[in-house]
Amino acid sequence: MLELFRRKKPRTGKGREKRGRGILVFDHTSEVIRAETVLKSEGWTVRVMGPPPEIRSGCDLVIEFPLMEELNILRTLEAAGVAPLQVVPVVSPLLQPVELFQTRVLGRYVMVRAANMKLTVDTGTRTVVNVSGGGCPDVPYLAREMVGKPLEEAPEPRAIGHTLCGYALQLAYEEMRRQCSQW
Amino acid sequence: MLAVVGTVPDDDFPLVEGEARLERGRIILGGHEISVNRGTPALLAAALRTGERLNSPPPSACLVGDTGKGQGSRRLYDHLVRDGRTLRAGVVVFHYLQPDVDWHNKVLFAVEAISPRPTLIADAGFMYAAKMSGQSEAYELFTPDAGELAFLADEEAPHPFYTRGFILHEENRVPDLIDRAYAHGNAARCLLVKGRLDHVVSRKGLHAVIDRPATEALEAMGGTGDSLTGVVSALIASGMETLEAAVLAARINRLAGYLAHPSPASQVMEVIGRIPAAMDELVERERTAGESRHLG
Repeated sequence: MLELFRRKKPRTGKGREKRGRGILVFDHTSEVIRAETVLKSEGWTVRVMGPPPEIRSGCDLVIEFPLMEELNILRTLEAAGVAPLQVVPVVSPLLQPVELFQTRVLGRYVMVRAANMKLTVDTGTRTVVNVSGGGCPDVPYLAREMVGKPLEEAPEPRAIGHTLCGYALQLAYEEMRRQCSQW
Repeated sequence: MLAVVGTVPDDDFPLVEGEARLERGRIILGGHEISVNRGTPALLAAALRTGERLNSPPPSACLVGDTGKGQGSRRLYDHLVRDGRTLRAGVVVFHYLQPDVDWHNKVLFAVEAISPRPTLIADAGFMYAAKMSGQSEAYELFTPDAGELAFLADEEAPHPFYTRGFILHEENRVPDLIDRAYAHGNAARCLLVKGRLDHVVSRKGLHAVIDRPATEALEAMGGTGDSLTGVVSALIASGMETLEAAVLAARINRLAGYLAHPSPASQVMEVIGRIPAAMDELVERERTAGESRHLG
């Protein structure tokens, strides 16, 4: 009962945003994407962010979380088999992912861009007709898996992608789903 | 000679190095057949089509399977550092690879040990790594789109995903972004910025803007940027000066796109297949214009 009550609201309030934040560092971006999915499905309010320069190595993401919930969050992640490599307190501002979307209507097609990724859907059939942009090696793979499928049946980029480009495509996909619900 | 370094979206694809050719719309490399839809195979197919018209020797390629986990890219980096055959081509283009600063620097270090030093072109993930490592100026040409140009212009961003909001990647700001990328040392000697307008620039300033033919559907089509990078790489490898090659490549790629009559659902091989026709048409236009000038 208590557990149910606890999960009905986000586990971090805005008032706590600026104090006691930590980041979860993983070996690979795909683990970040998986851990984010696990934590959000469990009701935690966490944010995917860019790592601070001292731990930045390449195509990186980290998860920002409230430090005081560290033990609970680690327990959740260990149970799901995605324990982080490191837990680091936030001492400097983290990089914010791009939050702007650009939408273009091209006849019966709609193209949504998030950061460097573009997703195009046929509004008549709701089929994914193209994926473009990006530079990480999962982009051609994601395109191959998504193009030609109805938006609702195409795999979510977060499920099969591994990089920041894959994560950006996920944002474009979510925005497209949101717009699609209004067609 | 041109060498193309990149990935194939299949984790089971081994590391393969050798001369590439195009048969029935598929890349043939080391006994393997690779379908062309976007990414490095699209770049390679466009370079092959361009090179055929120039009677250039076929490019070599060093490709590996990688679907984003990075293991394939790291295996390829390790191979390049240990066995420099691919890096000894006169022109080397690096493409869809996992951005990794440490490996980028090792590869660049291996390049610097080669004499004569190859001409380096970077696009996609390897361009991201070049910028992140602060080594952009070691490159002859980058081929970013408008969003990637904003990333080059943002001295703080380690990936286009983190480009700060105040550096809006809108095409009407391209000249400002170019200036900012050069000011922070985050641009190659030359840039070919792909978009509704293609901008060709060097540190000395804007060289040309190519805006015709304009085919709106190409923006949505995955692989058209890869195709453009393939065309310009082949032209540079043929001995053409970089800025001149970039202008011509933009004209060829635009015309090939126009000739394909694409919709936003078209696939890039439709454009790549029109590259020879686009080159022929541009040659014919030049010939006709030359005759007109002569008659005039």
